[in-house]
Amino acid sequence: MTRLLSARGRRILPDIGFYGTSTVLAVLFLAPLVWVVWASLSGPRATDGDGGVGFDNYVRLVRYGAGLPTYLWNTSVVTVLAVVGTLLVTVLGGYALARYTFPFKNLLFLGALAILMVPHPTILVPLYTMLNWVGLQNTLVSVALVLVMFQLPFGLFMMRNAFEALPKELEEAALLDGCSSMGALRHILLRAVMPGMVTVGMFAFLAAWNEFLTPLIFLTDGRNFTLPIALVSLRSGELGTIDLGALQAGIIAAAIPCILLFLLLQRHYVRGITAGSVRG
Amino acid sequence: MTTTVDAGRPRRALQARARREARTGLLFALPAIAFVLLLFAVPLVLAGWMSLNDWPLIGTPEFNAPDNYTAIASNDLFVGSIWFTIRYTVVITAIFLVISLGLALLVQSTRPGVGLFRTAFLLPAAVGLASSALLFYALYNNEYGPLDDLLRALGLIEGNADFLSTSGAAFRSTVVMVTWRYAGFYMIILLTGLQAIPVEVYEAARMDGANWWQTLRRVTLPLLKSTILLVLVLSVTGSLLAFEPFYVLTAGGPSNSTVTMVIAMFREAFTLFDLGSAAAIAMVLLAALVIINLVQLFLLRDKDRDR
Repeated sequence: MTRLLSARGRRILPDIGFYGTSTVLAVLFLAPLVWVVWASLSGPRATDGDGGVGFDNYVRLVRYGAGLPTYLWNTSVVTVLAVVGTLLVTVLGGYALARYTFPFKNLLFLGALAILMVPHPTILVPLYTMLNWVGLQNTLVSVALVLVMFQLPFGLFMMRNAFEALPKELEEAALLDGCSSMGALRHILLRAVMPGMVTVGMFAFLAAWNEFLTPLIFLTDGRNFTLPIALVSLRSGELGTIDLGALQAGIIAAAIPCILLFLLLQRHYVRGITAGSVRG
Repeated sequence: MTTTVDAGRPRRALQARARREARTGLLFALPAIAFVLLLFAVPLVLAGWMSLNDWPLIGTPEFNAPDNYTAIASNDLFVGSIWFTIRYTVVITAIFLVISLGLALLVQSTRPGVGLFRTAFLLPAAVGLASSALLFYALYNNEYGPLDDLLRALGLIEGNADFLSTSGAAFRSTVVMVTWRYAGFYMIILLTGLQAIPVEVYEAARMDGANWWQTLRRVTLPLLKSTILLVLVLSVTGSLLAFEPFYVLTAGGPSNSTVTMVIAMFREAFTLFDLGSAAAIAMVLLAALVIINLVQLFLLRDKDRDR
């Protein structure tokens, strides 16, 4: 016993506990993802009864409803518009909040805070009515516009902080060199706040790519559905019986871009959460 | 507005400059202001107005206040959903606090390879909520998913597993799915709080002979209070407004036993086509959320004063 509890043993025992517990937990967290990959590729409906691995689930998914390419395209349109729009609005707005005193500044700040406070569904019902008035109902643009609005609190906060962290001399030097303030923003500052933009863009991407309630309410025509909406209508068997194999393939199609982006930019994701939680 | 700069009147020059600055600033902020105004402030006011009208999906609205509000009390689906949503919120928030804190304490370690474990726990957060619900819907399917075979092999169940067919099972199954999806997210928030605690504090506790449990209770948790409150705010707000987990996984069933407040509102608007009543429910939700948020903000501020 005494020999087991030697200095070395005391260091190794907690190590075993840590790695053992962590590994078991990691398996639990990763197992559903590993299973869905496997389930999408195997089984009688994936291989036409041959066993092994096959792509029949994916083939049926491509042909489902208006077709996977259409749904992927719709989702991409919404996502690109939402990311570009969010970056445009929050970079300009964050710069204004960090560097200028202007009328309605406090009101803008309060408004952004209020967006955080108000439940999304509260705002979506009247928005649905308003879009009908201006003829934007059932359009991907309307979904993207609303998603930009939902991203404003986080985006404005991140970009304001990013600009505030820069020394004022940076743009003063540019202004002395004859840049306009727009020029200063474009050439000098934008490069300096790039990490903040990556974080804001990434959160906008994940939110837009995965958004469910907004397109569910706004989009009525099946040809305009985004991927999550199309998959849920597949699950409810609206177009025939539930094809669980094709559903697995669809989950993979929806998850892969997010998981890749996440693995690539994990540091920025964690930074975003951290920045948000420090403020409270 | 181009004022010539008068060297003898620096104040006017300054004022002109301030005006110019204000204009430039306003110009930069204009897109953000437009978004807040047109896509948030106006709809919010409209929601209030709609809640005072009989507002069908198609057709002319008609003022009928306060009928939409009084109708809420006799809306059995919504009234039932209030209790269900509160129960869900309490359960899931307690689970987050325990599991995510456990995970955060685990990956606070500086051992090699800890980054891989953090990634593994956080990875489900990258998968969309609707996709996660669909994934678990297939996992819970007895013919298709492996979960019931696994539970049988482990001797935890006999015969067929029951994941979604009774209200209790549907509730538990959804809680498991949401825990899987969000535990890593809250772990990162708590980890941030843990890492803000200076090492010296732990050293002092060890000098005083405190064991692991005493250190956690008397040192770590008190210093983590504001982070825990943040998790509380996020989890309570998110869970009270839960929609996707139940809408996709259980479809509110069996027999409407897992309908949340937002699902009830959604049905009012887009199944019964009564936008006025939906707006009234939305305003009630808004009022409840604002009150809860203010209470929690108040708690957070109290904490700062103590420090």
